[in-house]
Amino acid sequence: MTSFSDRLKAWFGPEMAGPGLALVAVILVFGLASPQFLSAATFGSVAFQLPELGLLTLAMLLPILTGGLNLAVTFTANIAGLTLAWVLQANGGADAGAGAFALGCILAVIVGAASGIVMGLVIAFTRAHPILVSLSMMIFLRGLGEFLTRGGDVSGFPAFIGPLGHGSIAGIPVPLIVFIVCVLAWHVLLTRTKLGFNTYMIGSNLEATRYSGINTRKVIVLVYTLSGAMCAIAGIIMLARFNSVRIGHGESYLLITVLACFLGGVNPFGGFGRAIPVFVALVVLQLLSSGLNLIGANQHLATAVWGLLLVGVMVLRFAASKFKSSFVRKGT
Amino acid sequence: MGSPGCWAGFGRPGMSLQNGIGHTFMHQLATTGGSEKPLLSLHDINMTFGGVKALRNVSCDVRPGEAHCLAGESGCGKSPLIKITPGVSRPADGASIEYDGETYSHMSPVTAQDRGIQVIWQDLALFPEMSVAENIAFQTVLGRWPKPVDYGRMRKIATDALERLGITLDVDLPLKEYAIAQRQIVAIARALVGEAKLVFMDEPTASLTQSETDHLLDIVRGLSAAGVAVVFVSHRLAEVLEISSRITVLRDGALVGVYPAAGMTQSRITELMTGKTFDQQVRAKSRQDQPVVLEVKGLSRPGQFDDISLTVRRGETLGITGLLGAGRTELAQTLFGMLQPAAGTIMLDGKPVRFSSNRDAIKAGVAYLSEDRLSLGLIQPQSISDNLVISSLGKIVSGRFLSDERKRKLVAGWITDLGVKIGLQGDAISTLSGGNQQRIAIAKWLATDPKLLILDAPTVGVDVGARAGIFDIVAKLADTGLAIILISDEVPEVYFNADRVLHMAQGRIVGSYDPRSVSLAEIEGAVYA
Repeated sequence: MTSFSDRLKAWFGPEMAGPGLALVAVILVFGLASPQFLSAATFGSVAFQLPELGLLTLAMLLPILTGGLNLAVTFTANIAGLTLAWVLQANGGADAGAGAFALGCILAVIVGAASGIVMGLVIAFTRAHPILVSLSMMIFLRGLGEFLTRGGDVSGFPAFIGPLGHGSIAGIPVPLIVFIVCVLAWHVLLTRTKLGFNTYMIGSNLEATRYSGINTRKVIVLVYTLSGAMCAIAGIIMLARFNSVRIGHGESYLLITVLACFLGGVNPFGGFGRAIPVFVALVVLQLLSSGLNLIGANQHLATAVWGLLLVGVMVLRFAASKFKSSFVRKGT
Repeated sequence: MGSPGCWAGFGRPGMSLQNGIGHTFMHQLATTGGSEKPLLSLHDINMTFGGVKALRNVSCDVRPGEAHCLAGESGCGKSPLIKITPGVSRPADGASIEYDGETYSHMSPVTAQDRGIQVIWQDLALFPEMSVAENIAFQTVLGRWPKPVDYGRMRKIATDALERLGITLDVDLPLKEYAIAQRQIVAIARALVGEAKLVFMDEPTASLTQSETDHLLDIVRGLSAAGVAVVFVSHRLAEVLEISSRITVLRDGALVGVYPAAGMTQSRITELMTGKTFDQQVRAKSRQDQPVVLEVKGLSRPGQFDDISLTVRRGETLGITGLLGAGRTELAQTLFGMLQPAAGTIMLDGKPVRFSSNRDAIKAGVAYLSEDRLSLGLIQPQSISDNLVISSLGKIVSGRFLSDERKRKLVAGWITDLGVKIGLQGDAISTLSGGNQQRIAIAKWLATDPKLLILDAPTVGVDVGARAGIFDIVAKLADTGLAIILISDEVPEVYFNADRVLHMAQGRIVGSYDPRSVSLAEIEGAVYA
């Protein structure tokens, strides 16, 4: 029994308890409230909505673990999306071939990574606060994007891109597959690589990590670079789903990504947090809004409930830590 | 570093410290003369923290105007005990606190302050951004209703309080401009504003150098001569003996006894504190037949150290002592590649080396245990195992990825080797005692397979009982052929545990001693002169 729970802990980390309980609660409450909740339709809508927010949240996760933040995630995603869009347009728009698409994707990821590299270098070398650095990058990218697109949509892509946003393989939506692959990649990165190890250490104490012989600057630059690259993947998926790119797409997701990380048990000051609990937290958020939608609540109310949920989680977590510490003391 | 120093006024031998205090506390002096009735008597103090008995039936007393020391290993109940009288903690029912003619079952902070009980906490509880005057006199402007702050009055109160201590500080400067030693004085001055009869000091000398400590001890003597009783907690036994008239020793939350300081020795106190006997012997051996591992010639960094030359041989422990600010830590960090020398050469195994970062140094076989374990040495919130493997991640890689299995085995091996007591490997390192944390920190560096291990103040924040264990490890490591540099401002530590002792002062090596042929007093005389 204990060994099983220990193994679960080893796999998911202690952060899993909160999102796990929330998941069970949401499924129970909406499952009882609406018979249609536990259906393929709900699964479908969640599966298609989850990846955009989810990929952006993964991009947010790494910087938060180092004790930083990347406020430029949404605009990096859209600038990367625009890169792909222009490559496609330059190669015939709706008639562009698979080669152009591949080239566009590579360039999009390079553009996303470049935005990350710049932020990472500035943060690592000037020790400027990540909020300020990424905020500057966000404003720069938004301005640049609006200038280049004149605030409008870029559209007219070849039809074969559609399935990337809407298609399914063996009943599983393609964007969801992309997202799950990325979650697993982040999980492996964080738990199985030196870079992941050092990311956590830097998040808890940068100077002590440097004294331990870790190249902290390199780690920070890599973290923001990977964050930027993940934004680009989100940008590509968004392009395919909307069949257009606009610099302001998904802007409202920005702060939700931060909150999703915290809901997933990530320490807001860095050093602790895992990819899989964050994934579960994202599922909870989507189920919540789908469920509210199903019982006829207003869309905006769903957003309000997200906020309440997060406040509730903070309070519960505080209470749990109080309870735990008094329990531990009594135990010894 | 930059402390606009009016410190000199303080250190001047002719200062009229006692007179100053005596003047203000004259009325108290009159009442205390000759009476042997205790100012404070604690009876049957019991206290429980979340199921753990922190204090068990402790009874003790403090006489008027005495300097009384509370001694014991950390976790013995010193801190809970000194929180009782100022009303910070409440003892279990059945306790009685007799203070200056009245009996209380517990104190409240307000009563305690009103009755002249003051505390100087270890972290000083000061406001670094505010001026010296505000720090000293802020309590005098507190009141039931908001009222305009009378800065002139505050400045006057602060100046008077400092004058009583015989110190001149610029009361308008923000406190953060002053070094820790002066901040300590500010905290004391604040306690005096409240017409104190009984002052508690929690580890007042923990962050002071020897000369600063001497000044502080002078102040304590002055207070006590003026009839103010001072109870202080300290782990530096030498100063405990020097200053106090009586010593209360605690162990595991219970009273061991109250002893007059006269006739006590350091080793006797240690025995009482730990319940074990220690008998220190000079461990120095000659390693002249061994090959040289580190050779430093003419190493300089302007403003920090100058023209340092030294050698360390295989299996040799080189002690470096001197006051804080002598350049010891900067020298160590230069050898570890974290600072760049302006001149001079470093040779490892006979080959000149140049480190552009500590990563180069670690690769070349140099390890550096930081003096600041809390913020630089270990990553406190992270796990024991992660702290241990952080500098040798290469060893736990299996294939392309880090292996939990390898990590667990590596950590388990070191924990056995160094006799570390832990719960789970995944527990935060902050849950360990100072001694066990330091063992993990040593293991972290040993895991990098160093040739040269630099230990910078390895016993800071480690209990007296656990220190011997640390030095046993150091001796064993030396016997395996590791070259060790042992830096400490506690001269006895280097005297007993190093093969040779260098004395650093103002960035230079000013003396070299062989512990087998020199007495401890001789080196201490030179260092603390």
